[in-house]
Amino acid sequence: MLQRLRENKSAQGTLLALPTILWMFVLLIIPLLLTLVISFGRRTADGGVIFTFTLENYTRLLGYDTSCDTGASACFNPLYMQILGRSLSLAFNTTVWVIALAYPLAYFIARANPKRRNTFLFLVLIPLWTNFVIRVYAWMMLLRKEGAINIILGSIAHLLHIPFQPLEMLYTPGAVLVGMIYEFLPFMILPIYTSLEKIDLSLYEAAADLGANGIKTFLRVTLPLSMPGVVAGTILVFIPVMGTFIVSDILGGRQVILVGNLIQRQFLDARDPTFGSAASLILMIMTLIVTYFYTRKFGFGEEIVVA
Amino acid sequence: MNPFRRHPVIQIATLLVYIFLYAPIVVLILYSFNASRANVTFEGFIPRVSNRVEMQGSLVKASPCGAFHWFCELSKNRDVVNAAGNTLKIAFTSTILSTIIGTMAALALQRYEFKLKPFSQLSLYIPIVIPEIVMGIGILTLFSQLFGLLNGWFGLTGGARLSLGLGTVIVSHIAFSIPFVTLVVQARLQGFDKSFEEAAMDLGANEWTTFRRVTLPMILPGILSGGLLAFTLSLDDFVITFFTNGPGSTTLPIYVYGLLRRIITPQVNALSTVWILTVFIAVLLLQLIQNREQKQN
Amino acid sequence: MAHEFAVELRDVVKQFVTPEGNLLNAVDHVTMQIKNGEFFSMLGSSGCGKTTSLRMIAGFEWPTGGEVYIEGEAMGHTPPFLRKVNTVFQSYALFQHMTVYQNVAFGLEMEGADKNEIEKRVKRALEMVQLTGMERRRPKQLSGGQQQRVAVARALVKVPDVLLLDEPLGALDLKLRKEMQLELKALQQQLGITFVYVTHDQEEAMTMSDRIAVMSKGKVQQMGTPVEIYERPANRFVADFIGESNFLEGRLKSLSAKEACVVVPQLNAELTGIPVSHGLAVGEEVTVSIRPEKVHIAEKGMSQNTFKGKVTNTVYIGTDTHVFTDVHGKSIKVFEQNRISRLDPGSFYTVGQQVILVMMPENVLILKKD
Repeated sequence: MLQRLRENKSAQGTLLALPTILWMFVLLIIPLLLTLVISFGRRTADGGVIFTFTLENYTRLLGYDTSCDTGASACFNPLYMQILGRSLSLAFNTTVWVIALAYPLAYFIARANPKRRNTFLFLVLIPLWTNFVIRVYAWMMLLRKEGAINIILGSIAHLLHIPFQPLEMLYTPGAVLVGMIYEFLPFMILPIYTSLEKIDLSLYEAAADLGANGIKTFLRVTLPLSMPGVVAGTILVFIPVMGTFIVSDILGGRQVILVGNLIQRQFLDARDPTFGSAASLILMIMTLIVTYFYTRKFGFGEEIVVA
Repeated sequence: MNPFRRHPVIQIATLLVYIFLYAPIVVLILYSFNASRANVTFEGFIPRVSNRVEMQGSLVKASPCGAFHWFCELSKNRDVVNAAGNTLKIAFTSTILSTIIGTMAALALQRYEFKLKPFSQLSLYIPIVIPEIVMGIGILTLFSQLFGLLNGWFGLTGGARLSLGLGTVIVSHIAFSIPFVTLVVQARLQGFDKSFEEAAMDLGANEWTTFRRVTLPMILPGILSGGLLAFTLSLDDFVITFFTNGPGSTTLPIYVYGLLRRIITPQVNALSTVWILTVFIAVLLLQLIQNREQKQN
Repeated sequence: MAHEFAVELRDVVKQFVTPEGNLLNAVDHVTMQIKNGEFFSMLGSSGCGKTTSLRMIAGFEWPTGGEVYIEGEAMGHTPPFLRKVNTVFQSYALFQHMTVYQNVAFGLEMEGADKNEIEKRVKRALEMVQLTGMERRRPKQLSGGQQQRVAVARALVKVPDVLLLDEPLGALDLKLRKEMQLELKALQQQLGITFVYVTHDQEEAMTMSDRIAVMSKGKVQQMGTPVEIYERPANRFVADFIGESNFLEGRLKSLSAKEACVVVPQLNAELTGIPVSHGLAVGEEVTVSIRPEKVHIAEKGMSQNTFKGKVTNTVYIGTDTHVFTDVHGKSIKVFEQNRISRLDPGSFYTVGQQVILVMMPENVLILKKD
C-alpha cells in the first residue's frame, strides 16, 4: 500500500495539503457561504436567524426604508450608503496620507548607510509590534481635551500671550483619520523601502550620465521602480482600513460610524445577524472590486510582500 | 550618487515622521507613572515610598512601590494575569499547529500537482485580501449556528453546552495563521535543490527518514520564520479574537479594549508599558541571536 | 552473486510532456548491457538522454516503457533506497548541516551498522580518497575538489554493486579534472566495482572507459571500446562527435568484405577505403570519413587516394600543426604532428603552397549515408 502511495504523486500532494484544505474550507469557505445565506434571511426577535430568501437587508443598505417620518410607506434613508461612502473616503484619504508620510522615510532609510539601515528599520518596526489597541489608546491620551497636545499648545499660547481654548480633537472624524494613519503607516514604509532598496545604484549613474537632473531622475527612474512597493503597501493599508472598527470606536466615539462599526453593532448590540451579514458581504465585495482593479492596473507587488 | 539623499526636506520629513511614530508611545509610558488615578492630566510622579497606599482625592501620595505603584497594582490584578495566560496559551497552541499544517501545505504546493491545488491556493489567498472583520463575523456565525444546532440535538445544557471559548479562539487563530506560514515556507522552498533528497534516498534513507534528517534541517529557518510570524499574529490579534472569544478566554488585547470603555486608570498605561518593553526586549534578543548566527557562518 | 551484467537496459523509454504539451522521448528505446567490473561511460551532449538513463538506473525516475535490470533483477518501480547502487551527483549534494564524517557515515547509518563498524569503514573510505583528517570539517569549508572526493567516499563506503557518476568533474578546473580522472580510474580498477559514468567530454570518456555508449536524441548511436568508437565509428554522427573528421559524399562503385571503392565527385576522383557500416550495396550513396591526422602530406603520391591540394590556412597548436587545404574546391583538414622542433616560420607550410595529400585505404572509412 505504501508503494501505491509512493507511485501516486498526486495523492501525496493531496494528503499533505489535506489539513489545510479542511481547515480553510471549514473556517473560511463555509463561514463566507453562511454569511451569504444569512444575508438573505430575516432576524428573529432574540437575534437568531430565519432562513428564508429576502432582499430586505440589501435594499435597506441601499436606502430603502419602511419606517419613515413623513408617514409614507417607503422612503429613502441614505444612512447606510453614507456609512459606506464615509468608509471608502476614509480608506482613500488614509492611503494617500500614509503614502505621503511613508515615502520620504522609506527613501531616507533606503539611501542610508547600509550599517545603519537595520537600526532605522528596527525603529519603524517597534511601534508595529506593540499592540494595535494600545496604539489607539495612546492617541486617545494625546488628543483629549486635557491631553498632551492640548497641554503643549496651551503652554505655547500662554508664552505668546494668546488666549487659548483647548481643542476638541477627540471624537471627531479627524481623530479617526489620524488614528488610522498612525496604525497603518509602518505597513507602507516597509514595502516602499523594500522596492527602493532593490533599485540598482548604477541606474542612477546611468541617468545622470544621460543628462537627467535630480528631479527628472526621481520622476522617471526612482518613482516608477518603487511602484510595486507602493502597490503592495496600498493593499496592506486600504483593505484593513475599510474593515477596522476599533479606531473609530475609541477615537470617534458614537459620532463616527464606519462599515466596521456598523457590522460590529449589528452582531453585538442590535442583534441582527442578517443585516450584519449583508453589510459584511457588501464590504467584502467592495474590497475585492477595488483590489481587483487596482492590481489590474498596477500589478500585485507580491514580491514585496514576501520580503 | 543619489542627489536626494542629503536633501534637507527629506531629512526633516523623516525626523518628523519618527517623532510622529514615537510621541504617542512616549506619552503612554510616561503616564504609567502618573500620580493621578483619574489619569486625565499628568500630575507628576508618585513622591514617596510607604507601607500602604495613601490617597488624597484622586492623587496617590505614597505607595509601597513608589513611582511603580501602578505596575504593582497590575501584578495583583487577577484578570490581567488570566488574560496574559490565555493570550500565551492561545498563541503557543495555534502557532505549533498552524506551523505544522502550513509547512505541509507549502511542501504540497511547491512540489506536487493535484486536483485540489487551485482551491488550496485560492483559499490561502482570500484571508490576506479580505478585511479581518468579514472573516471574524463569518466564523462567529458558523459557531453560533453550529453550536445552536448541536446543543439542541444533544440537549446539552449548563457546563456541557458548546459555546465560545479558548477552543474556538485557537481554532480561528490557526485559520488565519496558516496562509502566512505557508507563504513564508513556500518562499524558502523555492530555492531548495532536490538533489540533497535524492542523495539521501540513494544512500538508503526512505522518504520519512530523508525528510527528517535532510529536508527538515535545511528548511528549518523558513519554518521558524513562519512560526514566529504565526506567533506574532496570534499574540496581537484583536478582531478575530473579539468575535470568537467567550467568558474565560479573554486575551490581553480584548481586556485592554474592555478597560478603555470603562474606567481608565494608569494601570492600563502600566500594562501597555510592560507589553512594549517585553516586545522590545524579545526583538532585541532575536536580533542578537541572528547576529551571532551570522557571525558563526 | 555477480550476474553477467551489472546493469541492463532493455528497450527502455522515458517520455515527458513538454511545456507546449507535446510528448517527447528523452530516452528512446535504449538497450544496453553493462558488464560487471567495467568502467562504462555514456557520452553525449546535453539533452541526449544520458543523465535520464542514469537516473532510471538509480531509481529517481521510472521508465515509461521497457525495463531496468540490476544484477539480473528487474527494478520496476523500486525506490532508490532499496537498490544496491549509489550515485555521485553533479553538484555533490553534500549535506551542508553535517560534517564530512557524518556525510560519509550517513549511508552506513541507514544500513543499521553499529558505531564501531561505521567508524572503521568511514576511516577507510576517507583514506581511499585521501581525505584523512577532514572528518570534522563542514562541506562549506572544503574546496571543490575535496567536496567531490567526499561525495565519492560517501557513495563508495556502502560498497554498492554499481557506482553511478553524473558528470562529477564538471565543476573542477582543467588540471584538477585530469588528476581526478586518473584517480577515479585507479580507484575503479582497485575496487573492481562497476562504474557507470555520464559525461559530455569525449576526452574524459576516452581516457577512463572500458566501453562507451555514444548517445544522441535519446538513442544509442554506438556502443564499444574507445578504440572501436574512434577507429570504426558506426555512423556520421559518431564520426563527427568523436574527434574530427573530413566528410565526403560519393557513390559506392565496388564492394568486397575488406575493400570498397567510392566515386567522389567533390574530388573528381575515386577513393579506395574500407566498408565500416553494415549492409552497404553497390550503387548506394555513401558518406566517406577520413580523420585529419590520417591524411598525410607526402613528397610523392601513391597509385591511389592521392590528391593535389593548396594550403589555405595553418594553425600551430604545439603538438600538432593543423593544415587546411583546398582540393578541387573542397576543404580538407590535415593534422600533422610536429615531430621536429623548429622555430623557422618558413619551414612550416605557407598559404598558397601546393602539397600532395595521400590517404591510406585503411584510413578511408565508408559509412552509410544518414
